[in-house]
Amino acid sequence: MHPFEYIRPSDVRHAVTAAADPGAAFLAGGTTQVDLMKDGVLGPRVLIDITRLPLRGVALVGGVIRVGALTTMEELAADPVVADRLTVVRESLLQAASPQLRNMATVGGNLLQRTRCRYYRDLSCACNKRSPGSGCEALDGQHPMHAILGTSEHCIATHASDLAVALVALDAVVRIQGVAGERAVPLTGFYRTPGEDPSVENVLEPGELITSVEIPLLPEEARSRYLKVRDRASYEFALASVAVALVTADGVTRDARVALGGLATVPWRSRAAEEVLRGVPVTPDTCIAAAEAALSGAVPHPGNAYKMELGKRAVARALSMVAGGSG
Amino acid sequence: MGRGGSARRPADARELPAELRLRLRVNGVMLELWLDPRVTLLDALRERLGLTGTKKGCDQGACGACTVLADGRRVLSCLMLAVTCEGRDIITIEGLDDEGGMHPLQRAFVACDAFQCGFCTPGQILSAVALLAEGRAGSDAEIREFMSGNICRCGAYPNIVAAIREVARDPGRASV
Repeated sequence: MHPFEYIRPSDVRHAVTAAADPGAAFLAGGTTQVDLMKDGVLGPRVLIDITRLPLRGVALVGGVIRVGALTTMEELAADPVVADRLTVVRESLLQAASPQLRNMATVGGNLLQRTRCRYYRDLSCACNKRSPGSGCEALDGQHPMHAILGTSEHCIATHASDLAVALVALDAVVRIQGVAGERAVPLTGFYRTPGEDPSVENVLEPGELITSVEIPLLPEEARSRYLKVRDRASYEFALASVAVALVTADGVTRDARVALGGLATVPWRSRAAEEVLRGVPVTPDTCIAAAEAALSGAVPHPGNAYKMELGKRAVARALSMVAGGSG
Repeated sequence: MGRGGSARRPADARELPAELRLRLRVNGVMLELWLDPRVTLLDALRERLGLTGTKKGCDQGACGACTVLADGRRVLSCLMLAVTCEGRDIITIEGLDDEGGMHPLQRAFVACDAFQCGFCTPGQILSAVALLAEGRAGSDAEIREFMSGNICRCGAYPNIVAAIREVARDPGRASV
């Protein structure tokens, strides 16, 4: 591990001031940060321990659940309002990682976790995300876990978060603090697809800190689920995952939210699938049509072409789970 | 701004970061250590405190062998920098004994033959202690799901589930 200066600020203002140093990084739960520092993928000169900042807790304010950025995954999953009203959020959390990691990892850190692409994590490999301009070895290498949506010729790494998939479906908003002040960004506009520079993953400016996430509640009559398909039954990243929320009346879908994980370079909201579903009943045919729409524009590579069909089936199955009343 | 506690520079290595003072409670005993901030809690426990019951398996947060309790919650000590544990209360397998005797889960692991090589066992037991406190032993399926962060290369899983089930059903009887 590269040497660093360790500091533990006592308030947010000091934390973001210290983070103005371009070699600085925040440390929260550490489940990504410490792991990547050990491997030499990350090497901050200054490590800002933010774990003692007062950014922890879940509160219902009006129709919005406000989640402090340092709330752990386990704490959010255990929140009674989340359990009662946001099934898709609770399921996305409890199907992620392990109990130990969920006790450590924070909500803010979860949204900023780095890809599991093995080339990103291996310093001997070219990677445009880790070392811009060096190339992408995943394109011609082993890429069964990699993305088919939102890719570019420079990067096909997936975003690994489950929670973020649920949150983009729910129109969550991220509150961000910088030296210049606070701003709010919808999560659907927070992430950047790789494009020309995969090292830029989101809209955060250097030194900015996520302080909270606001999740609007779904209507009382809404049903939601998170379906995760993976290589083993538990404690594994998604090959494909789907967050679905539906509001139905008189057998017809009034509002639909569909987001995909494991398939895309960013948590992937599929408004095309939602359009297909709105105003019609959920039937096998409309499920398949929505699944086709959700995967439209996907670019498979030889090692992950199976995700085209897997993704469609996952979307159709998630929709039928929710429509079938098991949400 | 608070630095991470007091700092002192090692006399013999000018290029190394200054050591920081860490105070924490380990198995009920308040300790003070001076550590390079890069040292993980796992390495501090094993190499500085001689508590080698906590095992280093993958050292990257994937296997669960390094599981300890921090303020009562199960965590992975390999992914925690020790300096971040200032003031925290850590329990390792060495601190689990019940007035000199083995913890009911330790007795159940023996009784149920819940290990072969034993390398993952301290982490399994600490994780199981937390699982019982979390109320996640309602069924074998639930035990398996909430023990999924602890890998056993010998494949003793059925007997691990049996040991946890036994203590969950009858905490006092695990001395079979």
